[in-house]
Amino acid sequence: MPDHDSKHPTDSPTPLIELVDVYKAFKTQVVLNGVNLSIPEGQTVVIIGASGVGKSVLIKHIVGLLQPDKGEIVFRGQRIDQISTAALAKLRRRFGYLFQLSALFDSMTAGENVGFPIRQDGSKTRDQIDRIVAKKLRLVGLDGIQSKMPSELSGGQKKRVALARAIALDPEVILYDEPTTGLDPVRADVINELILRLKKTLHVTSIVVTHDLSTVFKVADRVLMLMSGDFIFDGTPDELRNSDEPRVQRFISGHASDEDILELDGAA
Amino acid sequence: MLATVGATTIRTLESMGTFSRFSWKTVSQIPVACVRGRDWRLLMPQFYLIGVRSVPVMVVTGVFVGLVLAAQAADQLHAAGLETRMGVLVNLSLVKELGPVLAGVMLAGRVGGALTAELGTMRVTEQLDALRVMGTDPVRHLVVPRVIACIVLAPILTMYCNMMGSIGGWFVAVIVHHIPSEPYQYYTAEAIEKWDIFSGLTKSVVFGGLIGLISCFKGFNCRSGAEGVGRACTSAFVTSFIVILITDFFMLRLMQDMYNTIWGFKPVL
Ligand SMILES: Nc1ncnc2c1ncn2[C@@H]1O[C@H](COP(=O)(O)OP(=O)(O)OP(=O)(O)O)[C@@H](O)[C@H]1O
Ligand SMILES: [Mg+2]
Repeated sequence: MPDHDSKHPTDSPTPLIELVDVYKAFKTQVVLNGVNLSIPEGQTVVIIGASGVGKSVLIKHIVGLLQPDKGEIVFRGQRIDQISTAALAKLRRRFGYLFQLSALFDSMTAGENVGFPIRQDGSKTRDQIDRIVAKKLRLVGLDGIQSKMPSELSGGQKKRVALARAIALDPEVILYDEPTTGLDPVRADVINELILRLKKTLHVTSIVVTHDLSTVFKVADRVLMLMSGDFIFDGTPDELRNSDEPRVQRFISGHASDEDILELDGAA
Repeated sequence: MLATVGATTIRTLESMGTFSRFSWKTVSQIPVACVRGRDWRLLMPQFYLIGVRSVPVMVVTGVFVGLVLAAQAADQLHAAGLETRMGVLVNLSLVKELGPVLAGVMLAGRVGGALTAELGTMRVTEQLDALRVMGTDPVRHLVVPRVIACIVLAPILTMYCNMMGSIGGWFVAVIVHHIPSEPYQYYTAEAIEKWDIFSGLTKSVVFGGLIGLISCFKGFNCRSGAEGVGRACTSAFVTSFIVILITDFFMLRLMQDMYNTIWGFKPVL
């Protein structure tokens, strides 16, 4: 495999994305408590963690949708958290972001949604845009649904249209917030393959937030597990499988701890 | 107790600060948007939604306000032997006050609520974030065209309201109360100056801008969930309503002062 060395996170000298001591709280609820993360170019990082622990919050910081209370977010040596609005807007076009709940524009058709970032770029003709839209929709297995409105699509279809939109501009970095949630296992595997293919053909750097272990073991170069505001695991999928950290083990095997079950008893 | 008052004051001042910044960001982009042809595409649907769809409401409001004004004035003026001057009263109140204010209130209700709901839903479903992530400024893309449409359409809708109101007033006076049409129209035309119409329409431009800004702002800052959107809509309407009334008072004073400085005081009746 040509990208073999990206399996070792510490090998690459200049990270593409770097989070330094990022701290974020909503009112009194601390979500990120001094997170450090450095991602080299071309790496596929998968972030796992319990629901509500702050995975979405974390990746929103990377594209500047949320500002850290403290700490630095760096992309190619540039401070994302201090950059001007205009520069940030330009920079964001090099990112693709798949929202957890798709966030399709419900006043536009599926095709217009996928074409939106291309139209905003303003450098392509209508025909070219239509061709790119068809190509991207074909990648997610949905060519031909261009004229449907988002309200006419199923949850999984919306997700895939949103994915097509996220990759419409051939971004350098793609952030996937739960790309396979709500898809059947076969379709989920196609999306996993797509993530792998984008990495191979376009050499994109990816950050994937997921609960889906098949995604973890199929696409990850490196897995991170977030808990109580910080990473409690950072390593390869193999290391994850063999980890003897009990919280990691519980997550992989999908067994609730005794405390979790006790909580259930208390509530009932 | 003191702490609550303090906290509320701070919160109010804070939100006024963010509203000012939001408004400035919007208003400063309006000239560019008007010139740039690319943005006209965004404007047209708003003109349709805000303008064309509001006409029926304005027509009904206008007609009935005219009817009520005339019906109420009729007896009193008849007793004073001034019934031919009825048009003055009806049309002056309409053009200067009731037309702009009622059109503003109807706009706030019909359009303001819809704008807040639309943008609020976009916020809670992360569509605003999606715009931002794709390098598009949601203020430029969503707020600016909507505010422009409100500013342009408020005076036009006000004119509709005025026109229908004066037809309603004429109907009550001439058809119901058999006041001769000719003197009715003569005195009306005599008393109403271009300035009155101008000042009424100026107010409606300001109302339109405020309604657009307030409604979009409330949508942009709405809390999550369907309940958040509902609340934002109510709050947008109530705020717009109060702001219209307050602005109306201050603009009335301002316009009066301007008139009196330029032309001096003139009695109407
Ligand atoms: N804008 C916000 N305002 C206030 N609290 C927020 C906001 N966004 C997220 N939170 C809180 O931050 C915590 C982490 O949220 P986040 O969406 O990152 O969870 P997650 O790890 O993505 O969970 P899931 O797997 O269910 O998507 C949650 O407890 C949430 O209540
Ligand atoms: Mg999430």
